[in-house]
Amino acid sequence: MRLLSRLWALTRRSSIDRDIEEEMQAHMAMRTEDNIAAGMSEENARRDARLRFGNPVAAKEHVEGIDLALGVESLWRDIRYAIRGYRKSPLFAAVAIITLALGIGANTAIFQLLDAVRLRSLPIQRPHELVDLRIVGGNQGFGVSDSQYSQLTRPLWQEIQRHHDPLSGVFAWRTNQQILGSISDGRRIQTINVTGDFFSVLGIQPLQGRLIGPEDEAAACTAPRGVVSYPYWQSQMGGRPITPGTTILIDNLQAEIIGVAPPEFFGLAVGESFDMAFPLCTPRTISREFFDVSVMGRLKPDWTLDRASAYFGSISKGMFEAALPTGYSSKSTEQFKNFRLGAYSASSGVSNLRQDYDKSLWILLAITGLVLLIACANLANLMLARASSRQREVAVCMALGASRGRVLRQLLIESSLLAVTGAVLGIALAQAFSRVLLLAFANGKDSIHLSIETDWRVLLFAATVASLTCAIFGTLPAFRMSKSDPITALKTGDGRTSGSRERFSVQRLMVVTQISVSMVLLVGALLFVRSFRNLMTLNPGMRESGITVGTFGFPLSHVDPAHYEEFKRRLLNEVHSVPGVTNATTTTMIPLLGGSWGHRVNVGSMEGPSQFTWVSPGYFQTFDIPLIAGRSFNENDTDTSPHVAIVNQTFVRTYLNDVNPIGQTLRTQAEPKYPSTLFEIVGVVHDTKYNELRGDTPPMAFAPATQFPLTAQGPWTVVIIASNLPSATITEAIKRKIGDTHPEIRVNFFDFQQSIHDRLLRERLMAILSSFFGALAALLVMVGLYGIISYLVTRRRNEIGIRIALGATRSQIIGLVMRDAASMLAIGALIGTTLSLLAGRGAGSILFGLKPYDPATLAFAAAFLAVIAALASFLPAFRAAQLNPTTALRCE
Amino acid sequence: MAKNDLQGTLDLLILKSLAQTSSMHGYGIVLHIEKVSGELLRIEEGSLYPALHRMEQNLWIRSTWALTETNRRAKFYSLTPTGRKQLAIAEKSWEQTVKGVQAVMRFA
Repeated sequence: MRLLSRLWALTRRSSIDRDIEEEMQAHMAMRTEDNIAAGMSEENARRDARLRFGNPVAAKEHVEGIDLALGVESLWRDIRYAIRGYRKSPLFAAVAIITLALGIGANTAIFQLLDAVRLRSLPIQRPHELVDLRIVGGNQGFGVSDSQYSQLTRPLWQEIQRHHDPLSGVFAWRTNQQILGSISDGRRIQTINVTGDFFSVLGIQPLQGRLIGPEDEAAACTAPRGVVSYPYWQSQMGGRPITPGTTILIDNLQAEIIGVAPPEFFGLAVGESFDMAFPLCTPRTISREFFDVSVMGRLKPDWTLDRASAYFGSISKGMFEAALPTGYSSKSTEQFKNFRLGAYSASSGVSNLRQDYDKSLWILLAITGLVLLIACANLANLMLARASSRQREVAVCMALGASRGRVLRQLLIESSLLAVTGAVLGIALAQAFSRVLLLAFANGKDSIHLSIETDWRVLLFAATVASLTCAIFGTLPAFRMSKSDPITALKTGDGRTSGSRERFSVQRLMVVTQISVSMVLLVGALLFVRSFRNLMTLNPGMRESGITVGTFGFPLSHVDPAHYEEFKRRLLNEVHSVPGVTNATTTTMIPLLGGSWGHRVNVGSMEGPSQFTWVSPGYFQTFDIPLIAGRSFNENDTDTSPHVAIVNQTFVRTYLNDVNPIGQTLRTQAEPKYPSTLFEIVGVVHDTKYNELRGDTPPMAFAPATQFPLTAQGPWTVVIIASNLPSATITEAIKRKIGDTHPEIRVNFFDFQQSIHDRLLRERLMAILSSFFGALAALLVMVGLYGIISYLVTRRRNEIGIRIALGATRSQIIGLVMRDAASMLAIGALIGTTLSLLAGRGAGSILFGLKPYDPATLAFAAAFLAVIAALASFLPAFRAAQLNPTTALRCE
Repeated sequence: MAKNDLQGTLDLLILKSLAQTSSMHGYGIVLHIEKVSGELLRIEEGSLYPALHRMEQNLWIRSTWALTETNRRAKFYSLTPTGRKQLAIAEKSWEQTVKGVQAVMRFA
């Protein structure tokens, strides 16, 4: 009832105002009349009535205050008041809102990415129950892995199928690329190969038709029945209904499409998507050393992750013994037997992105957070400056009886108004930011599929950021202002109150904070830029530019496996004969692109790992790798001649110290397809980087392609082409030539240097983004410093005026003002350095070629800030020096 | 003495005045209290209206615009049933206060 009457009062606010006014008028009129009746003169009667009544405005406000104190109405009134205030100073409002929108937008965008990559659960039923089964500590280079997600071998999967008490259901899956259409002009599509229980364990319902079930496993290798993803169905099949006759050609097999997956399901690898899902084909002969599947399951309700891990750990011995690959040396076999299985939460899926970008995203979030902090400090300073100019207004309010709480609330409402507007704009901006970032993350070849959604988590984050912002930049000025003594404020008028010195130190404190925080950002930016530059300019020991890599697949050429090597040599010769090709070579391992291939070796009495690559004779010339000793490979190294190897300097240092390596031998330990072999070392080459630019060079050995074990030969080869022509030109020429002579061969080319640079995407992004935010921070600091120094000069006008009058020179005045800035800079830089050193530890692992505590970087950042501080304070200092002492003093 | 108690006293005076007459405008209440108290109590007119407004919001009194004897439009206040209850409570509390204060004053 009361609430109703209050709400009712709200709707007729203005009429109530008039009511109160009229009522009080009537009151005074009656008093006046009575006074006149009592014999006073009219003038006296009126004055007496007014005196008795007191201040009618105050009384009215007080009456209103009773309503206002009661809630909604007052809030609305304060907001309107605040908006009116901002309309009067649009520049301030615009600067504040834009700064906040940028700050909150950048934060929200990074958080959205982080959320999508890292935090969000898979769109499946009860995602928290999903577990991934992996070897504890990984397989440590044992066997062959076909992707980062493939953690287990087929025999292990079969073991798990037999023993999985903690799990209500299990499935195996792998990501794959398959050829859609005929081999010669088909195109690659992303697929996932899954076992029969995949969809039912995940609890995914078809959008149309049905999903893959256990009944589809039998035909997996001959006539697969597949499911298309929603995006593929929409974009490639026009969203037409699936009929029993819908068939496609996949890897030369006729496949039937039986259904469509729901729109939200993108697979289990976050950041990737699939076009189609097919049943997992289990070949008749299983490669027991091939890690090509990932196994997941759903935890039974009464099992925990730890208990499940313990269970799998306890039965691991039997499983790994049953799944033991053959053909390995006894040592490797022992290693395999000692592996243990563990259960890991897979509620948010698996992701390559996570590994690559997790840390970067957290660092970026911290960076944007710091930028926002600087922006807040700036806004707080602006608010303080604004507050001092509004001191009179506040003093009047308080003199009229407004309580401190009231004033405080008004000021807080003003700052939250800005924060909320900034946050709303920021969330809108964040969508654009995230998309730009995603585009940047997706390097030419592989696009990244992340659904960037503004879900409750993102909104909550943005709201938290906005409220923190508001609290940080709004509260301090509000508190200081509500504390000001109204009498002094009214007396001095322009806000030069006695408490000014104290307030002033708060502003200084904030400038010092800004300087130190931006120092951290600048140091970070410099570190990332220099790290990126180090990688870009790093000499990997081999030629990068003008190299094109071609992969040739010839499974349809019907070449007898015994003649693969001969066929590859013919292909190489054909490539070599294309005009513009200066050098060409085959290799079993493309360097610098993340792959690795190694064997355990015995050299004399020593034993250890070495990387291995089989190459044709032109390899070292093609890559410009200098031969230090011995000879290169030649035509006399054939499959029947003694096995020879060329090793790198690290190999010599590791295994052949103090000995002349030429003529020494190394023996590889047995592995399936690679029997134990004795190689004679015939040459030593210069060290080169191996699988990526980062990291040290491992011991490496090269062997002639002609001596590549026949058992390991496959219908494909990689050709490295050196040319002075642009990659695109040479690619076209080779494609034409191969297309003419061997139309059945699948070819694929890419530019070597470009691929290496693509792999530095993370470093490039960190460099670009951190510089951007560093520059933004520096700019904000400049604005903030300029503001505070100008303010300082205005406040010290009299003092400066007197100094000039007493004969201080212009340069002395400039020095006086700039010394102040210098002291803030010095303290800020000192704190900043300390903070940078602390923060640097977190970024150390993604830096290359320099330590986080790099003195040159620290010095440069400090110098840069000094320049900024000098720029920001010179103008106000110069203006102070131009002060006319008489005018300055007269103003007082 | 705390502000609340003074305010409570004003509330009590207004409620009691309205209970003693049928309805009165603000100025009338001021005159009434002055007259009845033998000029001992003088209401601060500026604080009268906030009090009236608050009491109206609390539904202790209701108001209506009417004409005075001198044909002037004024707002007349009268007690509601809730107001009567509130008056009883306030009177009781006032008596307690008076008793208490007197006890202190008489303490030898």
